[in-house]
Amino acid sequence: MSFSPSDEGMLSPYRVLDLTDERGLLCGKILADLGADVLQIEPPTGNSARRIGPFYQDDVHVERSLFWWAYTANKRSITLNLTTVDGRALLKRLVQSADFLIESGAPGEMAALGLGYHDLVALNPALIVVSITPFGQDGPYAMYQAPDLVGMGLAGFMYVTGDPDRPPVRVGFPHFYLHGSGAGAAGAMLAHAQRVLTGQGQHVDVSCQEAVARALASAPQSYAMTGSVIVRQGSYRQTGATTFMRITWPCQDGFVNFQFSGGTAAGRGVNNFVRWMAEEGMGDAYLESLDFTQLGYGTITREMLERTVPPVERFMMSHAKQELFEGAVARRILLFPVATPRDILHNPQLQARQYFQQVPHPELGTTLTMLGPFVRASATPLRQRRLPPKLGEHNIEVYTQELGLQPGDLAQLREAGVV
Amino acid sequence: MRPLDGLKVLDFCWVAAGPMTTGYLVEYGATVVRIESQSHPDTLHNSPPFGSEGRGPNRSGYYANYNASKYAFGLNMAHPKAIDIVKRLVLWADLVTENFTPGTMEKWGLDYDELCKLKPDIILFSTSMLGRGGPYSRQPGFGPVLSSLSGMTGLTGWPDRAPTNPYGAYTDFIVPRFALPTIIAALDYRRRTGRGQHLDMAQLEAALYFIAPLMLQYTLNGHEPQRAGNRHPAAAPHGAYPCQGEDRWCTIACMTDAHWQALCQAMGYPAWTQDDLFATLLGRKAHEDELDARLGGWTQGWEAEALMRTLQQAGVPAGVVHTNQGVIEDAQLKHRGHFVYLDHPAVGRHPVQRSEFRLSQAAAEHRWAAPLIGQHTAQVCKEILGMSEDEIATLLAEGVLEDSAPHEGGAV
Repeated sequence: MSFSPSDEGMLSPYRVLDLTDERGLLCGKILADLGADVLQIEPPTGNSARRIGPFYQDDVHVERSLFWWAYTANKRSITLNLTTVDGRALLKRLVQSADFLIESGAPGEMAALGLGYHDLVALNPALIVVSITPFGQDGPYAMYQAPDLVGMGLAGFMYVTGDPDRPPVRVGFPHFYLHGSGAGAAGAMLAHAQRVLTGQGQHVDVSCQEAVARALASAPQSYAMTGSVIVRQGSYRQTGATTFMRITWPCQDGFVNFQFSGGTAAGRGVNNFVRWMAEEGMGDAYLESLDFTQLGYGTITREMLERTVPPVERFMMSHAKQELFEGAVARRILLFPVATPRDILHNPQLQARQYFQQVPHPELGTTLTMLGPFVRASATPLRQRRLPPKLGEHNIEVYTQELGLQPGDLAQLREAGVV
Repeated sequence: MRPLDGLKVLDFCWVAAGPMTTGYLVEYGATVVRIESQSHPDTLHNSPPFGSEGRGPNRSGYYANYNASKYAFGLNMAHPKAIDIVKRLVLWADLVTENFTPGTMEKWGLDYDELCKLKPDIILFSTSMLGRGGPYSRQPGFGPVLSSLSGMTGLTGWPDRAPTNPYGAYTDFIVPRFALPTIIAALDYRRRTGRGQHLDMAQLEAALYFIAPLMLQYTLNGHEPQRAGNRHPAAAPHGAYPCQGEDRWCTIACMTDAHWQALCQAMGYPAWTQDDLFATLLGRKAHEDELDARLGGWTQGWEAEALMRTLQQAGVPAGVVHTNQGVIEDAQLKHRGHFVYLDHPAVGRHPVQRSEFRLSQAAAEHRWAAPLIGQHTAQVCKEILGMSEDEIATLLAEGVLEDSAPHEGGAV
C-alpha cells in the first residue's frame, strides 16, 4: 500500500526568496529541508549570520561559521545589494517568479526601500511575504530593539527560569528568533494552503514575543485564573499557587532530570522509582505510603516535598547518571541524564536511528557530522541535498542561467557593487 | 475565509506538543475530532490551574489552552468495538495525528500500513519523545525530561551552579515549530500527487535544531559549551539588572558600540563610564563583573517599565523581565490580541493563546472553549458516521462510546 520514497520533496515546486539574517534563517531552512528551492539573498559583503561563532576549527572566516552552516544547508546563495537601484530591480525580477519571500527587517525597513508588502504584491499577486520581527508590524513595542535576551525577558520566559536567589536567566542558546522563525514557516504554509484555494498571496506578520509566550506552559492561565505569580525555582518548578515539582537532581557524576510528580504517566514512574529504592535497601516508609498515580500532575505541596526529597536525593547521590538512566529505562521511569553535546552524539537511541549524517565536504577534504532530518517522511524523505552555500555561490546559475543576464552584465554589476 | 476549511483531522493527541499542533489546525479552519476516554483522560485534565471548583476533569486551564474548538469524541479504546469505529473515522479523515509512545497505535492495529489499507492516501502524523525503533523508543516521557536529553538544561543557568531546566515542558513547545509546516507541506504534496505518507517526528531529533550550532561545535571541533548565565560572548553589558521593588528586573543588551554610547548618555555619563576599562568591548568583557555591579547600582533606582521605555527611546535594547502577570498585562500582547478570553462551564473564564502570526487575508478563530470529555460524541456519530439514535444508544450502553453527561463537573 505504501509507495516507495520519491526523489521529489514535499515542497519541490516552490521557490523561496530568503532575505533574512540570523533572526530568520531557520524559517527558510525548514522550507528548504522540506524540499523548497530557497535562495538566500545576501549583501555582497555577506550575511551578518556568517559572523556568528563558533567557527569550524576556530577559523574566523566568512565561510566557517557553524551558525551559518547549521541554518543554511540545503539553501542556495546569491548576492544582491538592495540599497542600489539595480539591486532592487533585480529583486523585483526574482519576485515575479517566486512563491514566498521571507524577511526579518524592522517594521518599515523593506517599505523604505520600495520593497514593502504592497510594492511586492503589485508585481506578483500570488506572492506570500513572511515578516519575522520581535513584536509584529505594529503596536507600542513595534520599533523596540530586541536581541535574544530582551525578547526572552519580555515574553515572560526568563522570569520563570533560573535559581530563585539569582537574576532570571535566559535559555543558554538564543531561542527568541528560532521560535519566531519556526512560526514563520508555519504561517507561510497556512498562507499557501489558502493560495491553493484562491490564487492570492498574503502577508504573514510573525511576532517572536507571541511565539515564545506560547512556550510558557500554563503560566499565563495560572495568573489569569488564580492570580498566582509563578516564580523560578532552580531545581524545582512551580506548577501552581502552592505546588511544586522537583526536576533536576545531582548524582555521583553530574545531573539527572527526574520529574517528581503525580499524574497518570509521571506518577507511575515515581511509584516504580520508590519500589527501586526499596529493592536496593534504601526504601522510605512515607514514600511507599503514597500512590503517585492518584495525585494530579504537578500537585505536590511544599510540605510533601520536605518529606520526600531527602531520601530520593540520597539514592541519586549513590549512583552515576548512566546507571540511573539504565535502571530507569528498565523500570519505565521518567528519568534522563542532563546531557551535554558529547552525550547526545553518543546517545544509543540516536545512533540506532542513524540520526547524525556524514556529509562529505570535498573542499575541506573531510566528512562533516551534521544533524539528521527533523522528521521521517515515508514518501518524501528529507535529504541533505546541498552543503551550506558559500557567499554568492549560485550567482552564475541564478542570474545568467535562470534570469538570463549576460556574463558581461554580471561582471559589470559586480564591479558596481550590485551583486 | 480560513485556509484549512474542509480539512478533516482524526486526533489522538494528548498533553501539550500534539494538542498544540492540532490547535493551530483548528484555529485556521480544520475540523478536528479528538478521541479521548474517561478511563485514559489527557494528563492535562489534572494539571493546574483549575476553575473555581478545584482539581477535576474538565476544569484545567492548561488543557483548555490547546483544545478550544475541537470536537470531543468519547471512545473507550480498550473495548474491542472501538477499533471499528476508529476505522470508520479514518475513512472520513484526511489526517490522523497521534503522540503516543511508539507501539500504541500498532497494538490497536492502527499503524500506518493498516490505515493505508483503509484509505491509501491517508497522512499519519506521529510524534514521540525518541521516535520509532532504537533501544529507548518505548521509554515514556515528556517535555521537562527532554529538555535535559536535548542538551538545553545543561546549557542553561550559571557557570558556578547546577544547570537549571528551562521552564515547563519546554521542548513540547519547540515541536510544533517543525510539526505544523511539515503537516501542511505533506497535505500539499498529497494534493499534487495523490500520495499520503507517514510523518514520524522524534521530538529529540527536532529539538536538536534549536542547539544545532553547538552540536556542530562538538562534532566538528570537539568543544563543549559552558553555561554562561545571561552573558554573551560578543556583547557587554548583557544581563538582567535589578529594578525598584521585589524581584523586578530589566534586561540591557549592548550589542554595538552605539548601544553602549547611548547607554552612557542615558545614564548622564557618570564618571565610571568614562574609565578606559570600559571604553572597548574587550575591556568591558574583561571587567564584566565590575561593569554589571556599576550598572546594577544605577538601574536599581528605576522602575522597570520606565527604564525600558527610557532606554529604548535612547536607542538601547532593554526590556522588562515579565512575570506571568506581566505577560497577561503586556501592552504589546494586548495590542496584538494575543490572549482570547473564553467562558467554560467548568474552567470558568480563561485565556487561550492565539497563533503568533497574523495572516492578512485569513481569518483565525476560536469558536468554542475546550470541550468536556465526550461532549460531541453523539454529534460526531450522527453527522460524520451517520449512525442512528438506536445505534448510538446501544454503543453508549455497551461502554464503547462515552458522553459527557454523567461526569460533567463531577468529583475527582
